Amino acid sequence: MATSYNRIVRDGLWDNNGVLAMLLGMCPTMAMTTSATNGLGMGLATAVVMAASNLMVAAFRNYITREVRIPVYILIVAANVTFVDLVMNAWMHELYKVLGLFIPLIVSNCLPLARLESFASKEPIIPSLMDGIFMGLGFTLSLTMIGAVREIIGSGTLFADASLLLGPAFKFLETQVLAEDMGVLMMILPPGGFLATGLLIVAKRMLDVRAGKGIQMAGAHSV
Amino acid sequence: MKQGALTHAFILGVFCLGFGLALALTDLATKDAIAARAMEDRQSSLGQVIPTAIHDNNPVLDRLTMQDANGREITVYRALKGGKVTGVAYEVFGTGYAGQMKFMLGVDDQGRALGVRVLSHKETPGLGDKIEVKKGDWILQFTGLSLGNPPVDKWKVKKDGGRFDQFTGATITPRGAVAAIRGGLEFFAKHQAQLLGVN
Repeated sequence: MATSYNRIVRDGLWDNNGVLAMLLGMCPTMAMTTSATNGLGMGLATAVVMAASNLMVAAFRNYITREVRIPVYILIVAANVTFVDLVMNAWMHELYKVLGLFIPLIVSNCLPLARLESFASKEPIIPSLMDGIFMGLGFTLSLTMIGAVREIIGSGTLFADASLLLGPAFKFLETQVLAEDMGVLMMILPPGGFLATGLLIVAKRMLDVRAGKGIQMAGAHSV
Repeated sequence: MKQGALTHAFILGVFCLGFGLALALTDLATKDAIAARAMEDRQSSLGQVIPTAIHDNNPVLDRLTMQDANGREITVYRALKGGKVTGVAYEVFGTGYAGQMKFMLGVDDQGRALGVRVLSHKETPGLGDKIEVKKGDWILQFTGLSLGNPPVDKWKVKKDGGRFDQFTGATITPRGAVAAIRGGLEFFAKHQAQLLGVN
């Protein structure tokens, strides 16, 4: 069976997007999208963990028996989260101060686990790594978009504090969209997370229907 | 062919052992660096709450261990100039929306706050984290204030009839922060003699 990298990229970023199509990882999606910058940070940290976990599970896939696969997957995800946490704390301390809040939350995300089960446990190392990277980037994209919608309506800014996350060179991203105090507070509170996510899912499906693809059903594509 | 439970247990055990070992090695490799970073963080937050002009010693090294009102052991860093204590800094704790918040509070020899900084917290990013100096100057307003200024019953957020602003969408965080800082100043008032005494 030939592996279609094109398919993996399209699935991860759009067609089978973790948040907008599969509706997985809703806990960090709701909690961490109060601003575009937070969404971006959470998404990138998750992408790193997903790529590493997919790689490891694919490498060991012939040794993991069906009966114990779930505890092994959880072990691998949790270990990777801890690796990232420790290494960033030690050697990327400035970044850790910003992202540190998000990292332990990745363990509670079921998207990495879903990709391990439906993809990495059956596919070779390189496609699995690619799947982890692009599913992670798709997650990042969704979280950044949801965060952007909530931030613009909720606080009137876009990418506030981006320079803390990405470095001073990205100061230009920080925009004041609405006048100060014009924000609708509800959008940064939990209900705003559901509203923004729901509306973006509708928008994605409308785009898909208009493109003649029909509504993409959630579920794992086989490659 | 059905494999026995022992085989599965063995496989799971090997993975646990392997990852446990890898985690232990990572911990060993990063432990010193993480401790060094924590020390640097402490030094730099100490530098922000004790102006360099008021001391000629190294406050990180001149410390006392005392007990706060809750029986918790806290470390007090002291700034000395010419053999006299000119200010002290210590950690104060508050309860926020998502658990404990830790602050470093600097107090001069008159009981006025020299400055407050957040050391750690778990507040909601975008709402409660405005207590960080990086994300807002809310925490700076405490500089120069003391228990009599404003009066003790005004050491609350505005919603509770005090004088400090709460944040839009987050009242619990600033409420906890104000209470923690007030508690810190009360600690100073109670232990003034011990804190300022030179031994």
